[in-house]
Amino acid sequence: MLVNGDAVEVDVPGMRRLLDVLREDLGLSGTKEGCGEGECGACSVLLDGELVDACLVPICQVDGHVVRTVEGLAGRAVDGQPDLSQLDVVQSAFLETGGAQCGICTPGMLMAAHAFLASGADPTDEAIREAIAGNLCRCTGYTKIVDAIVLAAHSASQPPVE
Amino acid sequence: MTIRTPTPRGPVRSAPARSAPDALVVPPGEITTGHARGAPLRREGPAKLTGVAKYADDLVFPGAWYGGTVRSTEAHARLDAIELDPGFDWSGVVVVSAADIPGDNVVSLISDDQPVLVPVGGEIRHHAEPVALLAAPDRGMLREARQRLTLRTTPLPAVFDPLQSGEVFAHFDIRRGDVEAALAGAELVVEGIYRVGHQEQLYIENQAMIAVPRDDGGVAVHGSLQCPYYIHKALKRALLLDDRRARVVQTETGGGFGGKEEYPSMIALHAALLALKCKRPVRMIYERHEDIAATTKRHPAIVTYRSGVDREGHLIAQDIEVVMDGGAYTTLTPVVLSRGTLHAGGPYACENVRIRSRAVATNTPPNGAFRGFGAPQVEFAAEMQVNRIAEVLKVSPLELRRRWVYQRGDVTPTGQVLRESVAGEEVLLRATEAAEYERVRERTAGARARRGADGSGREGGDRTASGIGLALGWHGAGFTGSGEVHLASIASVELTADGRIAVLTASTEMGQGTKTIFPQLAAAELGVPVEDVDIAPQDTGIVPDSGPTVASRTAMVVGGLVIKACRRLREEVEARTGRPFAEAYRDDARDHGPTRVDQQFEPYPGVQFDDATYSGDAYPAFGWAACVAEVDVDLDTGEVAVRNVVAADDVGRVIHPVLAEGQVEGGTLQAIGYATIEEIKLEDGRYLNDRLATYLIPTALDAPRITSILVEAPFSGAPHGAKGVGELPMDVGAPAVVDAIHDATGVWIHDLPASPERILAALGATGPTSSSSAGRSRSDKDVEGAVDAAMDAPIEVGTDPLPTERTDAQPFRAPTDR
Ligand code: FES
Ligand code: FES
Repeated sequence: MLVNGDAVEVDVPGMRRLLDVLREDLGLSGTKEGCGEGECGACSVLLDGELVDACLVPICQVDGHVVRTVEGLAGRAVDGQPDLSQLDVVQSAFLETGGAQCGICTPGMLMAAHAFLASGADPTDEAIREAIAGNLCRCTGYTKIVDAIVLAAHSASQPPVE
Repeated sequence: MTIRTPTPRGPVRSAPARSAPDALVVPPGEITTGHARGAPLRREGPAKLTGVAKYADDLVFPGAWYGGTVRSTEAHARLDAIELDPGFDWSGVVVVSAADIPGDNVVSLISDDQPVLVPVGGEIRHHAEPVALLAAPDRGMLREARQRLTLRTTPLPAVFDPLQSGEVFAHFDIRRGDVEAALAGAELVVEGIYRVGHQEQLYIENQAMIAVPRDDGGVAVHGSLQCPYYIHKALKRALLLDDRRARVVQTETGGGFGGKEEYPSMIALHAALLALKCKRPVRMIYERHEDIAATTKRHPAIVTYRSGVDREGHLIAQDIEVVMDGGAYTTLTPVVLSRGTLHAGGPYACENVRIRSRAVATNTPPNGAFRGFGAPQVEFAAEMQVNRIAEVLKVSPLELRRRWVYQRGDVTPTGQVLRESVAGEEVLLRATEAAEYERVRERTAGARARRGADGSGREGGDRTASGIGLALGWHGAGFTGSGEVHLASIASVELTADGRIAVLTASTEMGQGTKTIFPQLAAAELGVPVEDVDIAPQDTGIVPDSGPTVASRTAMVVGGLVIKACRRLREEVEARTGRPFAEAYRDDARDHGPTRVDQQFEPYPGVQFDDATYSGDAYPAFGWAACVAEVDVDLDTGEVAVRNVVAADDVGRVIHPVLAEGQVEGGTLQAIGYATIEEIKLEDGRYLNDRLATYLIPTALDAPRITSILVEAPFSGAPHGAKGVGELPMDVGAPAVVDAIHDATGVWIHDLPASPERILAALGATGPTSSSSAGRSRSDKDVEGAVDAAMDAPIEVGTDPLPTERTDAQPFRAPTDR
């Protein structure tokens, strides 16, 4: 499978959860576990561009597919880790509006935001809330997360300014 | 006024085009100016946004085993034996029971009643109580071992109803004036009984702790927690360790809200006992189910209220009784009850007040800290009373509050003179203006009148009813009474040898912004760039005890200590160098080496409280909050959608506008959840809905658009004037929503949450206007007998004074003078 652009191979039981493969076998602990039963969205990743709960996906279903996690959003530093000074447009928007507080829902929220922005839907308040309805946040009240996604959508549609 | 940083950081660079072979990368755009509306960006934000931040479960300790807790399945029983199946190979696992505890078998907090593990021969006092511990090299073996361990018990009779409990954890009695006489002479007396249930903090990161044995025989724990020194103390006591050999390190913490105030001490002890026995790191990572089933909740409460109003419409008497359910052990219950007692009157001047409260034991899991800490329960009742009185008097709830709200110079039930920083009226006006409260209220009243009290005017499409509601609240800033004096917290600031500033406190970051505002405060005081200020890790081996991260005290109390420490550091360096600090500090560090200043808490001038008589200044200052909520109620299903909320909160001084608003918005949504959907159902002392699929919290679709207005009435005792923000919004959201439901439907819901079942029952009872009193008289009966038995001088309840009739003859004179 392809994880954040890198081809990876794992030798694990087919029913092992994608979440555990990412966190424990590949060391990608940015994807979180909040409930383990598809209720909280903390484990959201993109599977072939679709938003899925990694706690509900057995690894056998991922064979040969493309996975994207929070670690794959920012630019990478020389050591291959995410470069904190090269945030992508959605991460930057979250940072500026205050869309991340404790940060535990944030990786999943960012992936949901990416799925939404990639869909090309109009970034209305209602559409954004619909898009992140499967991702629980207990800290923010969602207002600043919605603001961040609006800002990201707006910025993404502008030509880059140097 | 915002404390601005001298030099905001440069713009965050957007991601360059990536070579990653997918089409999902949003084209980069220049979107940020590098700061959050004039304040620095969240310090640890980039780490959280890239997945680099390490929460407890993300930490890898080679060779670590998995720890698990064996819990009781009964609410009250004697533990006769712990039996290990001889058919199982126990050599590969480690089992810990109470007998393995070297020191006192107590989770050290207020009382010594809660054991780390129930000993054989001892008493199981609640469902899901820890009895034994297991550790194994993998999860599969841990699961297997747990099935091979059996608890032998003898059941004992259990108490679940707090009104039937004879075991009192704490009680308070506050009196001012002559309540009975005032009620006897009142023109109007309104009574109510309000019940609120458990609420789960539901941080999205479950409780998690990893213990690592040390070479010196001690133990280090790394975990998700609010209060490093609470755990430190608990470890020392039960494991017989000295200061150095017990070490507590906070990992990134995915939300706390009070839920990680005291319970982490228990988990740390469990992980440490296992780690010491198996001589390797042990991971105790709770799953959601275990977290909800076993950890603390907001205290359920029954609040009985009688308010008296004179013929001029003045509030002349409040007679309040509060009963809280503490669960099986004391934990923080006396302090929660104390705060609940002190806030029960609401933010209103009243000459005759009697507040009697008690917290009792039941055979249910212990309740503990949760944002608001006893105040949301009682302020719900207080605000319900005000809104109901406004209805009876036929005056606007806004007008009534304007007349009653505390002004400077007014005196609280404990005799505290509110000398400064009194902003109840201001938050009230700011919130109601922004929400266009009176205009919307006129409109909703019109729609209600058209539908008719019995709904007979409903037209075909008239499925939903809209309403607007209002609540006002206050929240004592920092610890209650002499709490801060007893804590004697220390915060330190160091000019390091390499010319940087380090802030050393045990105050934890759990999303609220500690790591961002402390550098801001230090940088502003010293005149240095905020980037030159570092935050030392929350590690008891490094930082002093600045007290727990609770009670909205971090910005006000610890932030104040940081500023004072910086002030002394500046004076010292300036005296030594003869130059302004900002110019001299790098040279001074090079020439003179490091300089450290430890600042201990000093009592706020003129603030005095007498613990024995419970009189005086209960808090150095109060924060003030108003909330206006608009709802749509589905008249057929009883479902409530909260549409818009305006929250105005007085926080003394805004340090960081984005973070402060974030606190208001998050707290408001928790209050809306409390008001509408969050409910724990119990059966025989066990939580029935102990999963995320069954304990619901608001999603983005359930959440209203929240407009937050920050008001600044500074407190002179804090060098920066800040009073704290975390808990304020939690106190007012629920009564505002329930008032809005009433505005929409005409029915009062006395119990939280205002669930569809409760709303439909109220709507269907005998027509909207009388249904609430039908519900009330049933409650009255329940309370009457038990309260009479338990209290020395019980409140007389049971007779609803039918206030409407009495006051119609005495029309309320609308106040014009204030
Ligand atoms: S952990 Fe997967 S949805 Fe909660
Ligand atoms: S930021 Fe804490 S759960 Fe969303």
